[in-house]
Amino acid sequence: MPIKVLVAKPGLDGHDRGAKVLARSLRDAGMEVVYTGLHQTPEMIVNAAIQEDVDVVGVSILSGAHMTVFPKIMELLKEREVDDIVVLGGGVIQEDDIPKLKAIGVREVFNAEASTQELIDGIERIVREYGRDRARREAAASR
Amino acid sequence: MITHRVHRDLARAISGVENGIVELPAALAALAAQGHRATRKRGAILGITGPPGAGKSTLVDRLIEGFRAEGESVAVIAVDPSSPFTQGAVLGDRVRMQRHAGDPEVYIRSMASRNAGGGLAPATRDAVRLAEAAGFDVIIVETVGVGQVELEIVAVADLIVVVTVPALGDGVQAIKAGLTEIADIFVVNMADRPGGNRTAIDLKHMVRESHREIPVLQTIAQDGTGVSELLTAIVAKRGDEDSNAVRAVRFEVVRRVRDRAVAQALAALQSPDAAAVLERLRGHEITRNDAIDAVLTILGGPVHAH
Amino acid sequence: MQTSEKTLADELREWEHGTLQPFTARRPESREVFRTLSGTALERLYTPGHVTGVDYVRDTGFPGQFPYTRGPYPTMYRAQPWTMRQIAGFGTADDTNARFRYLISQGQTGISTDFDMPTLMGYDSDDPRSEGEVGREGVAIDTVDDMLDLYAGIDLEQISVSMTINPSAWILLAMYLVTAEERGFDWKKLSGTIQNDIIKEYVSQKEWVYPPRPAMRIVRDTITFSAQHLPRYNPVNVSGYHTREAGSTAIQEVAFTLAAGIAYVEEVVKAGIDVDDFAPRLSFFFVSQIDFLEEVAKFRAARRVWARVMKERFGAQKPESMRLRFHCQTAGASCTAREPLNNIARTAIEALAAVCGGAQSLHTNGYDEALSIPSEAAMKIALRTQQIIAEEVGVRGTIDPLAGSYAIERLTADIEQGCFDYFAEIDKRGGVVKCLEDNYFQLELADAAYDFHRRKDRGELHFVGVTKYRDDSPNPAVELHHVDEAAAQRQLARLAKTKANRDDAAVRRALDEIVRVAKTDENLMPATLAAVKARASGGEIINALRPVFGTYVETPVF
Repeated sequence: MPIKVLVAKPGLDGHDRGAKVLARSLRDAGMEVVYTGLHQTPEMIVNAAIQEDVDVVGVSILSGAHMTVFPKIMELLKEREVDDIVVLGGGVIQEDDIPKLKAIGVREVFNAEASTQELIDGIERIVREYGRDRARREAAASR
Repeated sequence: MITHRVHRDLARAISGVENGIVELPAALAALAAQGHRATRKRGAILGITGPPGAGKSTLVDRLIEGFRAEGESVAVIAVDPSSPFTQGAVLGDRVRMQRHAGDPEVYIRSMASRNAGGGLAPATRDAVRLAEAAGFDVIIVETVGVGQVELEIVAVADLIVVVTVPALGDGVQAIKAGLTEIADIFVVNMADRPGGNRTAIDLKHMVRESHREIPVLQTIAQDGTGVSELLTAIVAKRGDEDSNAVRAVRFEVVRRVRDRAVAQALAALQSPDAAAVLERLRGHEITRNDAIDAVLTILGGPVHAH
Repeated sequence: MQTSEKTLADELREWEHGTLQPFTARRPESREVFRTLSGTALERLYTPGHVTGVDYVRDTGFPGQFPYTRGPYPTMYRAQPWTMRQIAGFGTADDTNARFRYLISQGQTGISTDFDMPTLMGYDSDDPRSEGEVGREGVAIDTVDDMLDLYAGIDLEQISVSMTINPSAWILLAMYLVTAEERGFDWKKLSGTIQNDIIKEYVSQKEWVYPPRPAMRIVRDTITFSAQHLPRYNPVNVSGYHTREAGSTAIQEVAFTLAAGIAYVEEVVKAGIDVDDFAPRLSFFFVSQIDFLEEVAKFRAARRVWARVMKERFGAQKPESMRLRFHCQTAGASCTAREPLNNIARTAIEALAAVCGGAQSLHTNGYDEALSIPSEAAMKIALRTQQIIAEEVGVRGTIDPLAGSYAIERLTADIEQGCFDYFAEIDKRGGVVKCLEDNYFQLELADAAYDFHRRKDRGELHFVGVTKYRDDSPNPAVELHHVDEAAAQRQLARLAKTKANRDDAAVRRALDEIVRVAKTDENLMPATLAAVKARASGGEIINALRPVFGTYVETPVF
């Protein structure tokens, strides 16, 4: 069963080259990718994640506002009692901030120079280890 | 009243049936157990179909606006094709509807077609049933009209709107034969583009030949022109559930018989007798047509269909 | 040089069989095909046979003369170097003003302003959408009071000022003009530019408010207003930088940019203005990427294509109408986060390409480009890089030094051809705005970006230190620009103060007048100037027009 990923672009920043190339790459790897479009608020991202019932939310952020955006997203997920959707980050995120993000529940932060294969392998591994429907995926993978 | 809880429960139910984790009856029961009830008004399932690039998502965005203005809650199931090579998909329809992102009375779900033999995936039909059960007043299924999809939508929807644009390929040619059988309303979107009126006229001619009452409307979804007329037409047709139901049953029966026959044919092709025929074909002992006739004889029934 | 073709072809063949093949038999080449960054195949060797179609007088010509391949001015850098114009913008107006003065003290010769995302998108600092972004990626400018502080102590008649602003460009231009007026500067002496290139926003930079058609009207109004009142000002900086950064090829960068230029010219001509009355003041903005040969050829091709377009398509008579002038920025997308100091080398090479390509104005990136907005230290080295090229490298003394190189002339001609092929296709599809609405540019761009990405994945192109010669030591730390988180609060206070001190009734009246004008075909600038002078904010003006013009929603393509 395909992994379903939400690729999200929060804030006003319009640099979507990475997000779009990622979406296409993930499709080529057999995943189903919902793209939120630009100019998303944390509310819109969380609504989309819930409605689409994705395995993973990939937040692509280059503006430097990640320490505002991620806490809001994690807070909203908690408010809606969603604890089984994995949140990942990517873009321009200072190394010093990565531990802080992980501390609030962001599972992994990929730097912008990660290769496509690293991203795909990373998502697959994370979904296998932390995603929901784990038992079923593991059973399917072992077949 | 639709709450955030509904979104979550419905979303999980759809995933469950889509991924084969639960069967539809169990998913429906779960929703009921979670306290959700259908508020089904008669004839509230809308199918929106048409070729890619026709502006369907923009039109759906406008329709949502219209239904919301009447106080109705809306669930949208937006289906896009899966890649036949990788089985993956990029689903971008919700971007065009994101005005409604903050409105709890609007639920938007993107689904990949998962290459359901060129037709509408069973999961999509199930998703519609689940959205109904979750309490949405209006359910819109948006699909790209390629292959069999736009025909199979008949089994799902009470009312079908076929959307095209002027000068798309050959205007009306883009609308395949058979659509006059199932369309309840034709819409020429982006009607301000050259050929808008021509396309509408051509469609009206086509409709006249089908002896059905099918309005042909023109819209500019981008700015909302013609949308209120479309909503009026939808409301007018909405009560007509009897002929819809009959049509749906007719179609569904044909589809199931066809599926059954396909399954039988595939099974027959696996049989030892069929294998022998194929061997002879490989050995150039018989022609392709001979091989086809031979396998059909194994299946029984007439060799040449008419 | 007298070389008969036939003899040359024979000689070439002899070389291939007699010298090359025996050599490659022992020592093969590492690749069969080498490609430029854009993916164009390079010849092993370029010879006169590759440029037989290039006529010196007709195609290469002389600087300052049609077709301007060799440069827009007859003396180029022999008169003075290109303008060294490092972009700056962060925090509040005072913060950025200080950076401007620092850069000028270090030898910068032009100002370039970067605004924060809310200002770029038409939101005031107190809009809920602006939360977390005020003063972060650029300077926050809400009203003319901010702009007065932004350019405080700067003689606007002496230094040219560029503002990187798009959907709200006309408002910021109005603020700039009111600032000049209130400071006693003569509009006729103001030089500078607003980027104001809305077409490329829908394609690549993605800053928008209104849909394309009303947005084009706004651009047209600024061009006609500027033609009448601002003789030294460039009301548009038609840009390819962003499209290239979004993943396009070099040909697409030039073709899509010049196509946008064509669309703007058509729009203004349609309004009854003679092309020669405004075309001389159209300016351009390209990237300088890391593939040296391709970039130099690209700049030359751009000039030749534009000259031909203006002459043949629009019948321009004035030489200045056909003369393409451009600002250049080294490529952000070429900079790595890993081993950031390597970016100094990249930037230097890209800057050299820009100079060899005849840029009028140049911003060199800081080594921290992939990590943050530039620090002072990074900007200093970037500025010094330009100064080294100007003072030490020796390319200032002779014009268009790479002209005549068989490789450069062939690449120039091929890029030119690629542009005209695109123009034909765009015309066939119904013109630039139609292509925009049909996502034609966006689709071409998406494919090019994906192709680039796959070539990188396959190891066909490299980022040194990242995909090749990568060591696993911890990434060297560089001191980054420190974001002042308190700036947002300061800006909110500034905005509140301006609003408290103004005549709200006058602002309301002024906004109503803008709305009235917007519904007609009158020029928006006078009403905007009045509103800005009354201390209306950018967001208030933008919001007033949303019901009139609508808002744009993209259809993303992948």
